[in-house]
Amino acid sequence: MTPSEPPHGIDAELIKDCVHCGFCLPTCPTYVLWGEEMDSPRGRIHLMGQHVEGAPLSDAMAGHFDACLGCMACVTACPSGVQYDKLIEQTRAVVEREHPRPPGERAMRALVFALFPHPRRLRALRLPLRLGAPVARRLLPRLRALHPSLAAMVELAPPVPAHRTRLPPRVRAVGPRRATVGLLTGCVQGEFFPGVNAATARVLALEGCEVVIPRRQGCCGALSLHSGREEEAVRFARATVAAFERAGVGTVVVNAAGCGSTMKDYATVLAGDEAWARRAAELRTVDVAEFLAELGPRARRHPLRLDVAYHDACHLAHAQRVRAQPRELLGAIPELRVKEIAEPDICCGSAGTYNLFQPEAAAELGERKATHVLAAQADLLVSANPGCTMQITAALRRTGRKELPIAHTIQVLDASLRALPVSALTGGASL
Amino acid sequence: MPGDTLTLLADRLRGPLGDQWVITDPVRLRTYECDGLTYHRATPGLVVLPETAEQVSAVVRACAEAGVPFVARGAGTGLSGGALPRTDGVLIVMSRMRRILSIDLPNRRAVVEPGVTNLAVTEAVRADGYYYAPDPSSQQVCSIGGNVAENSGGAHCLKYGFTVNHILALEIVSPDGDIMQLDALDPGYDLLGAFIGSEGTLGVATKITVRLTRAPEVVTTVLAAFPGVAAGGKAVSAIIGSGIVPAAIEMMDALAIEAAEAAVACRYPEGAGAVLIVELDGPAAEVAGHFEQVERICREEGAFEIRVADDPAERAAIWKGRKSAFAAVGRISPAYIVQDGVVPRTALPGVLARIAELSAEHGIRVANVFHAGDGNLHPLVLFDDAEPGAGERAEHVSGMILDLCIEHGGSITGEHGVGVDKARYMPKMFTEDDLDTMQLVRCAFDPKGLSNPGKVFPTPRLCGEVPGVRKGVHPLVESGKAEQF
Ligand SMILES: Cc1cc2nc3c(=O)[nH]c(=O)nc-3n(C[C@H](O)[C@H](O)[C@H](O)COP(=O)(O)OP(=O)(O)OC[C@H]3O[C@@H](n4cnc5c(N)ncnc54)[C@H](O)[C@@H]3O)c2cc1C
Ligand code: SF4
Ligand code: SF4
Repeated sequence: MTPSEPPHGIDAELIKDCVHCGFCLPTCPTYVLWGEEMDSPRGRIHLMGQHVEGAPLSDAMAGHFDACLGCMACVTACPSGVQYDKLIEQTRAVVEREHPRPPGERAMRALVFALFPHPRRLRALRLPLRLGAPVARRLLPRLRALHPSLAAMVELAPPVPAHRTRLPPRVRAVGPRRATVGLLTGCVQGEFFPGVNAATARVLALEGCEVVIPRRQGCCGALSLHSGREEEAVRFARATVAAFERAGVGTVVVNAAGCGSTMKDYATVLAGDEAWARRAAELRTVDVAEFLAELGPRARRHPLRLDVAYHDACHLAHAQRVRAQPRELLGAIPELRVKEIAEPDICCGSAGTYNLFQPEAAAELGERKATHVLAAQADLLVSANPGCTMQITAALRRTGRKELPIAHTIQVLDASLRALPVSALTGGASL
Repeated sequence: MPGDTLTLLADRLRGPLGDQWVITDPVRLRTYECDGLTYHRATPGLVVLPETAEQVSAVVRACAEAGVPFVARGAGTGLSGGALPRTDGVLIVMSRMRRILSIDLPNRRAVVEPGVTNLAVTEAVRADGYYYAPDPSSQQVCSIGGNVAENSGGAHCLKYGFTVNHILALEIVSPDGDIMQLDALDPGYDLLGAFIGSEGTLGVATKITVRLTRAPEVVTTVLAAFPGVAAGGKAVSAIIGSGIVPAAIEMMDALAIEAAEAAVACRYPEGAGAVLIVELDGPAAEVAGHFEQVERICREEGAFEIRVADDPAERAAIWKGRKSAFAAVGRISPAYIVQDGVVPRTALPGVLARIAELSAEHGIRVANVFHAGDGNLHPLVLFDDAEPGAGERAEHVSGMILDLCIEHGGSITGEHGVGVDKARYMPKMFTEDDLDTMQLVRCAFDPKGLSNPGKVFPTPRLCGEVPGVRKGVHPLVESGKAEQF
């Protein structure tokens, strides 16, 4: 098949799996916000059913699908095994095809999709953001009046690191080699949080892994896939598979939750073409925390006297069911205490491009999460997704509360393995 | 025209509620067409989502003045169609009224809004060593308002009692729109007791004072495997007969175990024809004594394997199979009906034997999961919706099980309520006089019959009208799966 294969629509059989028990309601962030059936998983599945039965895709209906964060908390909660992840992906593709969006919204979407999945374009954006961030923040109220999404983009932009760390194409294992793995550098992760990739490579090496980092890897396709841009997603997926094939690795370690969940789903994304589906299936994707927990510790852990609040990124906890492993890795660091954040199942509102397209709801969820994060009274906020940390930091800043230093799980581990002082994590800048 | 009346009503309510919370879009309205029992469906004429008692009062008053029926809805998990909307009426959705208003630990009570989930109450006080005792399996999602309306129960109600034993006071909006207080301490008739379990037919609860229970010192959970349900049933009677009141006694038969194994790999003892889960809680010394007795009784009645759990993880492992049983049945059957009936505990073995016969006669498999301690049966009637006529046969068997319950002096519902689904069985259980007397209570609260009409009583009748029994067949589960529990 070509990427422009005709539309598949929504699979009615998948809809039938829903027994309407409502067990998914309390973990759905939009239901938590508004309490309406149409903005709950059960209600959205009902709407999908209505559409399959012939109800036209009205503005109202599309609005409820757009408002879904794709956080997959409902998949975790459902006792009947409803595959909401598949359903919403199919539905988003239908919305993209059948639902004309107003010009302003269209332009916004075009801008985001022209920027984010492309590392080189993001790189070009770094300098203006660096100089312009303080100025832009002062302009926020005016931007918000113009279009809430513009304000969201500026608010979320993290401080841009002054130097780009360039990772070598191959990092040798320290001590006897236990495995050889590929590393996905990701687009947002790679450009805005290069410290995370460097830390990942170091930790893997210290634990005895040879790390292969292909130069020419692009976006994994997550953003496109979660927004119904199927063809684009297929293109990105093929390119990513090919890049790691060329690098000659069978396992790809991923440190960004959103990318990991998409890559684990490549076989489905590429199902339309048997050969590609097979190639995708042969490549094993694994989250870095999952991989390290499985591998078992070898390098020495040095103490870090720290209380960390661990935030479950939806694409890690719900989509990949990786909850215990990061806590296990963190908890094994001497003197470090892992603090739980209330309502761990509820999304922070980041969810890929959600905070760009649904800024009001995202802001509300962000503030809710920020409140719980502060209540955990930790020294450091740890999560496995750049989107989440950007989102929670923005919420803390917006509500004028104490900003918390942030780090990726792997950075904390890196600091422990390298016997760095606590200030390396809480001081911010060096990461 | 009802349409015009509803349009006017919607316009009138936009002011007090706000535009956003008055829903008229047909596609949106349809998402409210059913509760957890999906084969009864009706698109509501209008949906409103109030946030305060005053707003509920404004809605109900407007309905009363316009003569429009209204139905309250909590989380929509009901299994008897109690929250089935009226096409000519207003659905009042309580899901935005979900604040915990106050917690008073010294007096062991909390005041909550009706949309608060059952589990949220427990979570709010757990750290202090308290919990809210009634524990329906749907506790993470069902609302306290819905619990009050259905007088819901759960596995632990054997020892601690149903919802009615845990509600201290209510604020309600009466069917003519007045805000009223009902308190357990009020002298005179027990109006609070009358409201609990009234399935939304006596008004809308807007504030609920619940009792908080102290968490027990120790909890011990026993899993006993028996060769069959008859032996298990005898063990249940013997345990209760010995004077012990366990926190819970649950039983599952072989088919239910098979389903749970398939879904969650609960690893119950191999070859068990029935398993009994007995939970004991209380002071350590008492639990230890009771445990010895329970173990002895189980062995005497033929238990061939007994496992014991003392910590939360082990306990969860034992409960996992039981808790997943309803949803798990989906793994061994394309479709199924969850029945809910009660028989006297001593009649359990006989009734179970008869259910097995019915099952064989009609070629319809029945899995049994039940709150054995109080004789509350949840037979799961399995069928293949792709097979012509199977749905009808399943419905038939399901109905005969209820007849069986009535024959043995039991009841047509233990905890899921009458709703629309079982209204037609009421005349089998009660005489005309009984039903008329109940109707008098209803009329005292709701003379116009606007509060959730058509539920509980077989015929929607106006107060003062000559009663008659509704005829006609129940809509069968013929299409698709019986997507209810
Ligand atoms: C998987 C599953 C397992 C279940 N397990 C159990 C169980 O173990 N035990 C048990 O008892 N039930 C069980 N139920 C049934 C159901 O969860 C309960 O009946 C529950 O109390 C319904 O609450 P709700 O908020 O969903 O109410 P809804 O279904 O929305 O409404 C139920 C009834 O309450 C009325 N109502 C709702 N709110 C109000 C209010 N504020 N004032 C007045 N009337 C109101 C409605 O009009 C309706 O008649 C189960 C259901 C499911 C789906
Ligand atoms: S994916 Fe998240 S936001 Fe979407 S329906 Fe499921 S729980 Fe709700
Ligand atoms: S929990 Fe699953 S089956 Fe139940 S309503 Fe939600 S999606 Fe449907």
